[in-house]
Amino acid sequence: MFQRLRVAVASLGLLAMSAVPALSQGTLRIGMTAADIPLTTGQPDQGFEGYRFAGYTIYDALVNWDLSKADTIADIRPGLATEWKPVDGDPKRWIFKLREGVKFQDGTDFDADAVIWNLDKILNDKSPQFDTKQMAQVRARIPTLVGYKKIDKYTVELTTRIVNALFPYDMSYVFYSSPANWEAQGRDWSKVALHPIGTGPFKVDRVVPRERLELSRFDGYWDKARVPKLDKVILFPMPEAATRTAALLAGQIDWIEVPAPDAIPRLKQGGMTIVTNKYPHNWAYQPSMVDGSPWTDIRVRKAANLAIDRAGLAKLLGGMMVEAKGHVYPGHPWFGHPTFDIKYDPEQAKKLLKEAGYGPNKKPKIKIAISTSGSGQMLPLPMNEYVQENLNAVGFDCQFEVMEWNALVTFSFHPVTGEAAQKAGVNAINISRALVDPYSGFTRLMHSNYVPPVGANWGILKDPKLDAMIEKVHTSFDKAEQTKAMQDVHSYVVDQAYWVWIAHDLNPRAMNPKVKGFVQAQSWFQDLTPVYMQ
Amino acid sequence: MLLYALRRLIYLVPVAFGVSLLVFALVHLAPGDAISAIVPPDAPQEVVDKIKTYYGFDKPLPVQYFRWLAVTLSGDFGTSIGTGRPVAEEVGTAFVNTLILAVGATFLSFFLAIILGTAAAYAKSRTIDRCVTSIALAGVSVPHFWLAIVLVIFFSVELGWLPPMGLGPDNATGWHLDRAHLAHMVLPTIALSVIPLGVMTRTVRSTIKEILNMEFVTALQAKGMNDRQILIHVLKNAAPTCLAVMGLQAGNLIGGSILIETVFAWPGTGFLLNSAIFRRDLPILQGTTLVLAFFFMMLNLIVDVIQTTVDPRIKRT
Repeated sequence: MFQRLRVAVASLGLLAMSAVPALSQGTLRIGMTAADIPLTTGQPDQGFEGYRFAGYTIYDALVNWDLSKADTIADIRPGLATEWKPVDGDPKRWIFKLREGVKFQDGTDFDADAVIWNLDKILNDKSPQFDTKQMAQVRARIPTLVGYKKIDKYTVELTTRIVNALFPYDMSYVFYSSPANWEAQGRDWSKVALHPIGTGPFKVDRVVPRERLELSRFDGYWDKARVPKLDKVILFPMPEAATRTAALLAGQIDWIEVPAPDAIPRLKQGGMTIVTNKYPHNWAYQPSMVDGSPWTDIRVRKAANLAIDRAGLAKLLGGMMVEAKGHVYPGHPWFGHPTFDIKYDPEQAKKLLKEAGYGPNKKPKIKIAISTSGSGQMLPLPMNEYVQENLNAVGFDCQFEVMEWNALVTFSFHPVTGEAAQKAGVNAINISRALVDPYSGFTRLMHSNYVPPVGANWGILKDPKLDAMIEKVHTSFDKAEQTKAMQDVHSYVVDQAYWVWIAHDLNPRAMNPKVKGFVQAQSWFQDLTPVYMQ
Repeated sequence: MLLYALRRLIYLVPVAFGVSLLVFALVHLAPGDAISAIVPPDAPQEVVDKIKTYYGFDKPLPVQYFRWLAVTLSGDFGTSIGTGRPVAEEVGTAFVNTLILAVGATFLSFFLAIILGTAAAYAKSRTIDRCVTSIALAGVSVPHFWLAIVLVIFFSVELGWLPPMGLGPDNATGWHLDRAHLAHMVLPTIALSVIPLGVMTRTVRSTIKEILNMEFVTALQAKGMNDRQILIHVLKNAAPTCLAVMGLQAGNLIGGSILIETVFAWPGTGFLLNSAIFRRDLPILQGTTLVLAFFFMMLNLIVDVIQTTVDPRIKRT
């Protein structure tokens, strides 16, 4: 009798234990670095933190990112489109097959009409749904998209200005909002911002400006493997690192973005888990390559790369950086086989400067525009001061033009030959870069056609050989061939020491040990769907 | 009295105009621009130009100013560049949240300052006087954002008694008068009240000490009044000076809580300004600063009126 009762109780217990994860896996509270809730209408602002928390959570792109692995760099995978390919013989035209059966969170269908409507939203200023704010956020990420049309209910054709094999990457930044919801909200995007509807794994329960964004699981999500395990996610804007740290330690939130390096020992002492991983981030100096700049001499560029004690810098940051060996970090698929070994070798640096004709009485004068803070800038002031000491120690005359982050961004809108840079005597700039895809990582930064305002080749680097190599990437439709072309580009720019590469951030985040299931992808974006609270 | 208040109100008009001009000029003189904060760094020029036109930033500054003034005078402060929400709504909500903190901090600092300042002025023992003077000195010297972080570490992280951030508990929206919301208020209110407490305590102490040396106090003692009755007379005489200082301090609390609100993630005007500065959200910056300046002026007017009511010796010129 009692034995049977015990068996029954044990069975019920097991059943309950197995049922708990599926039924309720709690609420995750996240402290963001943003000072406000990112734009929720479709195209988020607040940089990639906005994409991370108000983009890929609420919405999907035609092309999503595979954020399920920590050991390899995140790459694209089918999202709202199941497949895509250029038209045979006319590679500027792309056919995207849409996923059937996908519903927006309001129950309406996602189809080709929704795609066209959303592209009009950001590209066609004559359309009633055109939204300047969303256009501003995404236009630069889809520079080659010039045309789009519906083929049938589940097929669209997109046209690019030039042959662009990288186009699918571009489409990973465009999100699709519900047209029916826009109508329901009185065709008013500011109202949609409070009640947004997408196709993503999380739906929005509540938006309280500057206070919180509340998301909950969308049970009808099309990708059953990615239906969130969490019941709810609450995102709090907390721009002050000390506040985020205190809130985590006090148990008011469960997860914080970017803890201050000096707070990490205290967080560990408080039992918190620190999660880090490499990701395509680059903290470097982008030099001026115009006539008269000392950077035009490869020996000067190499000397600067060899002068920096990156291990010491890593120590300064509590180990929260990867020492740069190039534009991307070793192990990245595009790293290739550069012959120039970037390391700390001050003697070699001095020798190179001497060969270039410099000495104690004739130091190469470099002036770098830096910021006091900013998205992805890590700890710009102490880091730059450290590097300055290193550079001066080998014979540079290194100075800074310090400005506020927003001012530095504005400054970078004009090339080095612009009035502001000339007036300040600046010949290098320190803006952290997201090297998410080949275009954002190389083309816009190093191709001679992409000098600002067209792109971000601020230093006006003009190298026909490099241009041809980059163009080869854009015309390589085979993935392996494309990767090989990227490796060639990377090896070449490192060998030419075109930039002074210093650090890659480790993207630290701290979380309560109750947070389980999170896999920190090698990406600026992260997937919250496998996360649960123990 | 009514005429006096009306006259003072009329004086506010040119001051408000001057403030609006100054706010507009300062915001536009600062390096960086609004567009760079809302578009990615490598946005094509055509996008930047389109946005400039959309928000009217392509127009000359005087035109922009008068357009903004016209919109503001109509009671509509425009739309936030960053969020697309109406500025009036944004500033209104944030202002109420700031007011909640400022009122709490003003009462706390004023109440403690009267007690401490009076005790120090009356104290026969030099120790009490020195203690109070030290507290006042610490109040004006200690950076309040530093104190805020220390308070959070001690009371939230180590002791776990009080919440370290936010307006209220997870599931709440807006502020309500209940225990949970009051708990969220405690630390920011204390941190915010430290500077006015220091300033006020010194003022109360020195004013009362000065009054205690006046002849009328001796006269009151000679008439046989007890200490409590004399204290009431002394406090009445000290009130105008203390009220004037309190008015200024309350104004500072409304406008100067950026750091405290950022540390406590308190969604008031300071937090709003912080976010607007980083986003170069000009309509929000202009709207918030104007509202704060206007409130500061109104507060001074109210203090002036109260001063004249409390002390009829102050002439209404």
